[in-house]
Amino acid sequence: MTTEHIVVVGGGMVAHRFTEAMRARDTEGRFSVEVLAEEPRAPYDRVALTSYFQGRTPEDLQLGDPALWQDPLVTLHRDSRATAVDRDRRIVTVEGGREVAYDHLVLATGSYAWAPPTPGADLPGVFMYRTVDDVAALRGWVEERRAELGRPVRGAVIGGGLLGLEAAGALQSLGARSTVIQFADRLMNLQVDEGGGEALKRLIERMGVTVRCSTATQEIRAGKDGHVGSLLFADGGEQLVDVVVFATGVRPRDELGATSGLETGARGGVVVDDTCLTADPAVSAIGEVACIQGACLGLIAPGNTMAEIAVDRLLGGASTFPGADMATKLKLLGVDVASFGDAFATTPGALEMVYADPVNGVYKKLVLTDDAKTLLGGVLVGDASAYASLRPMVGAELPGDPAAWILPEGSVEKGEIELPDDAGVCSCNNVSAGSIRGAVTDHDCHDLGAVKACTKAGTSCGSCLPLVKKIMGTELEKAGIEVSNALCEHFALSRAQLFNAIKVAEVTTFSEVIERFGTGRGCDICKPTVGSILASLYNAHVLGGDRAALQDTNDRVMANMQKDGTYSVVPRVPGGEILPEHLILIGQIAQDYGLYTKITGGQRIDMFGARLEQLPQIWKRLVDAGMESGHAYGKSLRTVKSCVGSTWCRYGVQDSVGMAIALELRYRGLRSPHKLKLGVSGCARECAEARGKDVGVIATDKGWNVYVGGNGGFTPVHAQLLVEDVSDDDVFRVIDRYLMYYIRTADRLQRTAPWQQEHEGGLDRIREIVVDDSLGLGEELDAHMARHIDSYEDEWKAVLNDPVRLRQFASFVNAPEQPDPTLAYVEQRGQRRPATPAERENAPVLIAPTTLEVRS
Amino acid sequence: MTAVSATASSTATRVCTLADLTPELGVAALVGGEQVAIFLLADGSVHCVQNLDPFSGASVISRGITGSRGDVPTIASPIYKQVFSLLDGTCLVTMDKEPKEGRAPDLAVHRVHLDNGVVFIDLAGGA
Repeated sequence: MTTEHIVVVGGGMVAHRFTEAMRARDTEGRFSVEVLAEEPRAPYDRVALTSYFQGRTPEDLQLGDPALWQDPLVTLHRDSRATAVDRDRRIVTVEGGREVAYDHLVLATGSYAWAPPTPGADLPGVFMYRTVDDVAALRGWVEERRAELGRPVRGAVIGGGLLGLEAAGALQSLGARSTVIQFADRLMNLQVDEGGGEALKRLIERMGVTVRCSTATQEIRAGKDGHVGSLLFADGGEQLVDVVVFATGVRPRDELGATSGLETGARGGVVVDDTCLTADPAVSAIGEVACIQGACLGLIAPGNTMAEIAVDRLLGGASTFPGADMATKLKLLGVDVASFGDAFATTPGALEMVYADPVNGVYKKLVLTDDAKTLLGGVLVGDASAYASLRPMVGAELPGDPAAWILPEGSVEKGEIELPDDAGVCSCNNVSAGSIRGAVTDHDCHDLGAVKACTKAGTSCGSCLPLVKKIMGTELEKAGIEVSNALCEHFALSRAQLFNAIKVAEVTTFSEVIERFGTGRGCDICKPTVGSILASLYNAHVLGGDRAALQDTNDRVMANMQKDGTYSVVPRVPGGEILPEHLILIGQIAQDYGLYTKITGGQRIDMFGARLEQLPQIWKRLVDAGMESGHAYGKSLRTVKSCVGSTWCRYGVQDSVGMAIALELRYRGLRSPHKLKLGVSGCARECAEARGKDVGVIATDKGWNVYVGGNGGFTPVHAQLLVEDVSDDDVFRVIDRYLMYYIRTADRLQRTAPWQQEHEGGLDRIREIVVDDSLGLGEELDAHMARHIDSYEDEWKAVLNDPVRLRQFASFVNAPEQPDPTLAYVEQRGQRRPATPAERENAPVLIAPTTLEVRS
Repeated sequence: MTAVSATASSTATRVCTLADLTPELGVAALVGGEQVAIFLLADGSVHCVQNLDPFSGASVISRGITGSRGDVPTIASPIYKQVFSLLDGTCLVTMDKEPKEGRAPDLAVHRVHLDNGVVFIDLAGGA
């Protein structure tokens, strides 16, 4: 069988989906795929473009597994704009003249951003909002103008649709003021009705964005410097601006179709049938460029559906386009907006049921059939939590009183929804309720991660995840599979439940804890967990009482065990600021004990190769010189990394080192479900990489921004903004509560990023709890942290003063000072490291530990 | 294995007293040049296994966490967390790892004798 060659023109999200689906389904390798992308990068997540302003890089927008482009049957050409198609010869010409032959051609050229012809639209400072390059140029311009002008940049967005509000949000996050200028009488007029538009306007104005509806822009005028300077409106009004963004809609890029003689629709787009095929059986069109069932569709979900249909047809399948689901749910400027089904009640006899709360900025409308039973559509503004459940119910009868879905939670009992198997749950990836049930029952997916991986549901925009979770839970329950969050065989409770139980019962020893809440003797899972909870709750010494036997490997001797059973030693260096005499002492100790030294990622110094029995001697010298434990071994606060800040740096706006030291001394010794790392940057340049930390504090000219839930490690995540422009005191208060709330409610070994993601209601809910004190927990969390701070003691100093605990540092019970005879080292780059098994055979190169010169 | 022998056999070595042991906290000992790990459990039983961790090659078993799997008292390696029975040394949880080349996954178990509060270890007698 010969391989047929498919050429995809266009390198957007739909081209990516087509290629991915083809490689996933064409298991026999019948087709090779060549993608011609105009942009200089692989397809990226254009829907998430605005997130680029929250400090993300183009790489963060990557779509799917990049290994797709390494597949031998896939070729990706970047910077390759197709200029012509010769359908007779089946050849695509690429800019520069290169010709590419195809057996089948897929047009996936998408749209271009369209701007109404306006005088001055070509002035410097006027931007479109479509590609990463547009967005990067916009960011560069705003930052440059702010520096030049020395005041906040004045921005205007022309267009008050979905993209316009995205752009306004982007300007806000760049610190520019923004005004949205909308030609229609309300915002998002294609998705929401008048009431929804009003609610949206009020909410968005609360965010500091000015909104002008029913306004036509007549001209863009230059300022004295030749850059964009003002907008002149048709009603005679004028507004001063430093940057203008056009978000006035898109038009299909159908020129390749048109010039090669394919039919185009009345409003543009290459006309295709329900299988995405043009009149030429060797040419398909998918995504925004396709005019399907008489219209071009500017959303990702129908684009992905078209890509799947085209792949299916090429592989011999018979699926056809089911009609577009134009349902939308988004978060714009922090405001939830959703619209689905017949949102404008155009169905004859349709009833509208509306709930509006102008004070809280909530507007909800259901469109129902004339008997008020069957759901036809709806609009949700301000609170779109019902969207995931309601959207798949369009066309079905709502159980119970429909008003329950729009009235405030709890006022009327909601009917139980049982979705039919063919109801779509994830519209981005076209996953039905039945597929999710199948993943649970036939493919043994018993947690959300497994269901996502198996079905792809919720992997694009994520708005359906609550529903996916619910369907999965119901299915697991039906199958009699218990979703266990038990810690281990000794405790049926989760860590958070156990934390609460211990706190309420006020028990302080493991034997009491296991007697009251568990069974058996415990194990290496529950013992360290209980040890950590007791430490978080009472802050008593980790090696005191019966607790030494609970501690995990490192905590047990308060040092980090290495592969050969020796330890590394890390004294605290708060904020990375260190006295020269402490540097000298560390160097002296390392020399005396032959320790390998390395700078850590947390701005301190690690000394490797210390034996168990040497730890007290080493720590005595550190403690005598005024240094203390760095808790590098604990599931606890590690370091607060900082840049040098305003005390030395030419750009720093706040004393980041001072803040970092204050934070590190405040939270030192705080035991938590996993390690905690903080960072403080003295200006927006963010040299301390604070957004990669559990808590990142970044200076602004008005105070500090606090970001939370960042992680490096296996799954890197940037921290999200919790509060803005707050004072030193508020930084402490907010972080106190955030950390304490995390410590109380997270799972065992769950870091802040996944905790925050999986917390019901996400970061918004956490913000309500720790900033707005919606649960009334604030005082208790504050008091708990205050107890921690007041009761802090250096745990190494305490051990050095306690002969009983010191006995645990003997190498052998019958030879307390004798080194482990199996240790062996070789020299490398002037220091020693553990010998490999091969090197052990070659005795002469070894350095035995006993030969080390040790000063007592 | 649990210590019950009243008198030490001729091959046993005196290692320490019971008072030197803390419940649930292991200690290492040198017996005839070999490293062993000794555990006094909360129920008063004393167990002895090899100190060498077959999965890492380091002599660290004495510094692991004691516990139970079902009714079997266990010790978990402090390095890669494999779990071993303290009764017969069987590796109960491998953590999807293989032991270091040429080593068995299970621990050798040594006979413990208690005599008037003194702990003797007998390398000759296995479990």
